[in-house]
Amino acid sequence: MSDNSHDPSQMTGAAMIVRALIDHGVKHIFGYPGGAVLPIYDEIFQQSEVEHILVRHEQGAGHAAEGYARSTGKPGVVLVTSGPGATNMVTPLTDALMDSIPLVCITGQVPTHLIGNDAFQECDTVGITRPCTKHNWLVRDVNDLAKVLHEAFYVASTGRPGPVVVDVPKDVQFATGTYHPPRKSDVHISYAPRVKGDAGQIRKAVALLASAKRPVIYSGGGVINSGVEASKLLRELVEVTGFPITSTLMGLGAYPASGKSWLGMLGMHGTYEANMAMHDCDVMLCVGARFDDRITGRTDAFSPGSKKIHIDIDPSSINKNIRVDIPIIGDVGNVLGDLLQVFKAEAKKPDIKPWWQEIAKWRARNSLSYKKNSDVILPQYAIQRLFELTRGRDTYITTEVGQHQMWAAQFFGFEEPHRWMTSGGLGTMGYGLPAALGVQVAHPDSLVIDIGGDASVQMTMQEMSTAVQHELPIKVFILNNQYMGMVRQWQQLLHGNRLSHSYSEALPDFVKLAEAYGAVGIRAIKPGDLDGAIKEMISVKRPVLFDCRVAALENCFPMIPSGKAHNEMLLPAEANDEATAAAFAGGKALV
Amino acid sequence: MNQPASAYFMEERRDPVESHTLSILVQNEPGVLARVIGLFSGRGYNIESLTVSETESKKHVSRITIVTTGTPMVIEQIKHQLDRMIPVYRVVDMTLTGRSIERELAMVKVRGGGDNRVEALRLADAFRARVIDATTESFVFEITGNSAKISQFIDLMRPLGLVEVSRTGVAAIGRGPEGM
Repeated sequence: MSDNSHDPSQMTGAAMIVRALIDHGVKHIFGYPGGAVLPIYDEIFQQSEVEHILVRHEQGAGHAAEGYARSTGKPGVVLVTSGPGATNMVTPLTDALMDSIPLVCITGQVPTHLIGNDAFQECDTVGITRPCTKHNWLVRDVNDLAKVLHEAFYVASTGRPGPVVVDVPKDVQFATGTYHPPRKSDVHISYAPRVKGDAGQIRKAVALLASAKRPVIYSGGGVINSGVEASKLLRELVEVTGFPITSTLMGLGAYPASGKSWLGMLGMHGTYEANMAMHDCDVMLCVGARFDDRITGRTDAFSPGSKKIHIDIDPSSINKNIRVDIPIIGDVGNVLGDLLQVFKAEAKKPDIKPWWQEIAKWRARNSLSYKKNSDVILPQYAIQRLFELTRGRDTYITTEVGQHQMWAAQFFGFEEPHRWMTSGGLGTMGYGLPAALGVQVAHPDSLVIDIGGDASVQMTMQEMSTAVQHELPIKVFILNNQYMGMVRQWQQLLHGNRLSHSYSEALPDFVKLAEAYGAVGIRAIKPGDLDGAIKEMISVKRPVLFDCRVAALENCFPMIPSGKAHNEMLLPAEANDEATAAAFAGGKALV
Repeated sequence: MNQPASAYFMEERRDPVESHTLSILVQNEPGVLARVIGLFSGRGYNIESLTVSETESKKHVSRITIVTTGTPMVIEQIKHQLDRMIPVYRVVDMTLTGRSIERELAMVKVRGGGDNRVEALRLADAFRARVIDATTESFVFEITGNSAKISQFIDLMRPLGLVEVSRTGVAAIGRGPEGM
């Protein structure tokens, strides 16, 4: 072994891991030490190129890495120990798989000779994480480690991005072997995601778009994942075609909310105009979205009269839920570039004035309206004020999951991609607070706000301690209605208002809780106090828990009742008790 | 449709179900079979038959043959889901190509004497099954053919003293000079 000390390619497995992180340009990792990763932590201690953020629970590390990845476009890196360290990562890995977030998670494992022996802190990490990763590896030989690590970064960040796990037994971390820098041959030859779209299909798509009378563009998270250039191309396409555009929850920001062709978000809690446009369109261009069940409503009544074009890098997204007419497999940015070129050369802007007039009528229904109140803060009003008071600032928003998430999506206008981090597919309560940490690590001088609910934030509240330790001045803006609001809403609408276990009997005093963590607590109770309190929150240079007391029983509208189609939305103005009961009573038999 | 109140849109699809034979070439590495069958169980797809063996040892390539059933949309989804797995080289739908040969091998143990024993031998001969083990009171037959033929043979052996059956599952290959 000592003979190897002069050969720089010879090093321990633990050293290889840190070396590979550096070679892949990783500046920050999120993790939690434990017995099976101590050699790696020892290497981390002895260098200064990679900064380690110590979380309080492995799930926090995972979501922080997701926030980091989503706000930068670079893979987030997590380091956790074997057994419970790995199992605590299952939620963020699944979350990242559902939302196509690139994560590289390195887990420690018990020594090779103990695998299968029920050793202390042993679990079948590759078995447990197989269905919740894009790919995973157990490395049994130190000489395979460099290749696997490089492949892991490549697989996580190319094609449809996703999480990967590299499980490294402790004896492999100690063993010495040969390291090599990243090279092409590190990757399975069977892995070759298609980037460029088929020219014939693109030509067909352009012809269909040019003939459209009632077109709509429906964009999704794939545009964000494809990179900033894809968002630019999407904006150009909207400009060149003059088509209306809506987006999924995951795609917000790709097209600016202030843009004149913007219809707002679509889907279950999307705007009336977006959903009606989807329902009545004759040509639909789906860009990097996947016809998720929150989007489509009942599939047999989904956009019945339209021809559909679907651009996606993942062939398995095509025809999964909805049959499309012109699938184009490829990277969104790449395909949009080609499509624009062909459109500009061969087509001209179709005249769709009557369609816009129809849309204007739907818009006039003002589906996001709510009754103003001067006694209690309405959650919609709170988000609107937060948006107005942070306008023009360098702001990133994360959310938890529930009503507040939908209100944030409806009322916070996103102008740029990579500014909106939310758990869309998995719907993970507790995502937003640690995700905000990751965003703040990547953007230390920006304003990072987690819009949360009182129930969600308590799921990962312990990460406030991480925020304080690492001086990450995240703002946790809690819409506190003392309920699991979305659960309560469904119980009211579907289960006879029997509010089974959706009320939090014993909430902590969030202001005191903030102080206990060494952070700052702020409370707003009256609408008149809100602006001042938000301004104070923004000006504080430390982590803040903001307890925004909002109306307890407010429901999130508009809404497509379950079992209904896009053109059967329930609008807030019409959502009196009777109409709601009727919409859902039909549901009783049909939902 | 009488369905419960739910946050999910519930609907029943009644598209006709088809049976397809898929040939899958994979990198033979630890866990690869678990990945493939985990996909089927995790996404609720059916496996009617599964065979797997390394076919090119130098390149560590294995061939998995799966007979599955589903609606045309589900079958298409299964192929795409398989194809995007990292260690999967190729997925070919042998049923769609329409030019494939499917074979299965079974070993069938029959116990009995007298007329039954004679009848079993006679039927085995008609089915071109070979005797690969015999005692004074039993036979083990080896039979090769498509699955329907094997099932038919087994059904015929049942009243003649069928003890047990071991079937390999379906292996499939395309006709003509081209590989997959």
